[in-house]
Amino acid sequence: MQGAEHPAQPVIQAQGVSLTFQTADGPIHALKDVDLTINQGDFVSFIGPSGCGKTTFLRTIAALENATGGRISVNGQSPDQARRSRAYGYVFQAPGLYPWRSIAGNISLPLEIMGFDKADRRQRIERVLELVDLAGFGGKYPWQLSGGMQQRASIARALAFDADILLMDEPFGALDEIVRDKLNEALLDLWRKTGKTIGFVTHSIPEAVYLSTRIVVMSPRPGRITKIIESPLPRNRPLDIRDSAEFIALAHEVREGLREGHGDD
Amino acid sequence: MTDLARAPSDKTSWRTGHADRVLPVLVVLLVIVGIWYLAAIGMNAEWVRDQAARADEDLTSGEFLRRTLILDRPVLPAPHQVASGLWDGIFGQKITSKRSLIYHGWITLSATLAGFAIGSLAGVVLAVGIVHNRAMDQSVMPWAVASQTVPILAIAPMVIVVFASAGITGLLPKAIIAAWLSFFPVLVGMVKGLRTPDAMQLDLMRSWNASDRQVFWRLRLPSSLPFLFASLKVAVAAALVGTIVGELPAGASAGLGARLLSGSYYGQTIQIWAALLAAATLAAILVALIGMIQKATLEHMGLAR
Repeated sequence: MQGAEHPAQPVIQAQGVSLTFQTADGPIHALKDVDLTINQGDFVSFIGPSGCGKTTFLRTIAALENATGGRISVNGQSPDQARRSRAYGYVFQAPGLYPWRSIAGNISLPLEIMGFDKADRRQRIERVLELVDLAGFGGKYPWQLSGGMQQRASIARALAFDADILLMDEPFGALDEIVRDKLNEALLDLWRKTGKTIGFVTHSIPEAVYLSTRIVVMSPRPGRITKIIESPLPRNRPLDIRDSAEFIALAHEVREGLREGHGDD
Repeated sequence: MTDLARAPSDKTSWRTGHADRVLPVLVVLLVIVGIWYLAAIGMNAEWVRDQAARADEDLTSGEFLRRTLILDRPVLPAPHQVASGLWDGIFGQKITSKRSLIYHGWITLSATLAGFAIGSLAGVVLAVGIVHNRAMDQSVMPWAVASQTVPILAIAPMVIVVFASAGITGLLPKAIIAAWLSFFPVLVGMVKGLRTPDAMQLDLMRSWNASDRQVFWRLRLPSSLPFLFASLKVAVAAALVGTIVGELPAGASAGLGARLLSGSYYGQTIQIWAALLAAATLAAILVALIGMIQKATLEHMGLAR
């Protein structure tokens, strides 16, 4: 699953995407002229201050918002067609597990909705629980797990139906740094194993640099892309890569990019 | 990361909590009984004084107090008089007797339960409609509110009369009045409950391309259960009130309402109070029953707070 060995396959393509919310105080330009191509197997992070449209852009890819201008395609389809064909799994900041369902029951939920049969569901639940290192916890209820474990269960839920795209909206934003480090490492591991294409919203510079193959720096009013940084880091990244000179230089570049975006405020 | 965040809470705290809850209730009960005795003495004193004056008796204060508490038709019967009236009504009569509170209580209970079932079902169905249909969302609620502003005392006799003219008497007309009162809390609670899932939960469902039906059965309905149970408690008490009101007009011959009415015709205040207490006890039992079902269900679902 080394994307570099194959010709890059575009999975998500955005051209001149704009999204304007009409509010009582006048229009808000959440996104303006966003151009971006995400290739098969990319790990793309979106970083920027609040209001820069990073979450809105992710939601637009997922057809949870509709662009008011420009074109966007997911797997060659419109975002809504892609949503209907269950092209992506979405992970929110909160785990959003149902307290009345066990962990296995929660992972089973999208599978039931999509009509997988019982034996298949059981097999898939086993597999994704293993992927997120929660094997044996299927029978537990959400309240019995720590916040980090709950979030891993919600990632397992997003993986269970084998969508090729994983969209993550600040999935570790509510967790403490130690847990976050562990989950970042686990997520990279999972990405290497599954070859998924990942869109990842964050406002942590180290997180973006550690995880991504590309870092998209965005800025607000109007929400737009100010810089796209290709990461020179190898796909195989131990946690201590964060002490390397390359990593620090990259983090510096991202920080500069964020500062430039603020220049016209 | 194999830490279990919280162990299931132990049961010892429940035991002390139980005693903590019983004691205040007992204290309040004692205070009420005390006030009640004082009020009974005060309110019945005039009658005792008149009777004594007429008979030219000179009562000691002890005898005077005793007489205020043993009148046949007191203005306010003393607690022990009501208690013995209750005892006699419940255990002292054959349950087929017209003097049995069990007999009248059952008549009232059956209509209450029927009305409660009809009303709750109507409330749930309307709430589902309101949440899923824009037209219903905008049209149903004002009418539902209006229905509750009509005095039930005015509506009840008309319902009874209309049904009677169609040859329908007995349980059904009373159940309709009970349903009239009980659908409203269920409607309001369920609309709120079905709308509790937050934007994120609904977005997740959308990302899985779930149908409205799937969202309803798997997310909205389970999320609404805490609200449903809370409103069912209000509804069952309202249904009992509705049934009793339905038993008052047209000289109904059976039911706690009829017992109240005949008591007031004949100045049988003890009978009135016994029937009142029986109705209150019935309501308390019904609410407690729903509370138990609520507790079991929500604990089983992990929704107990």
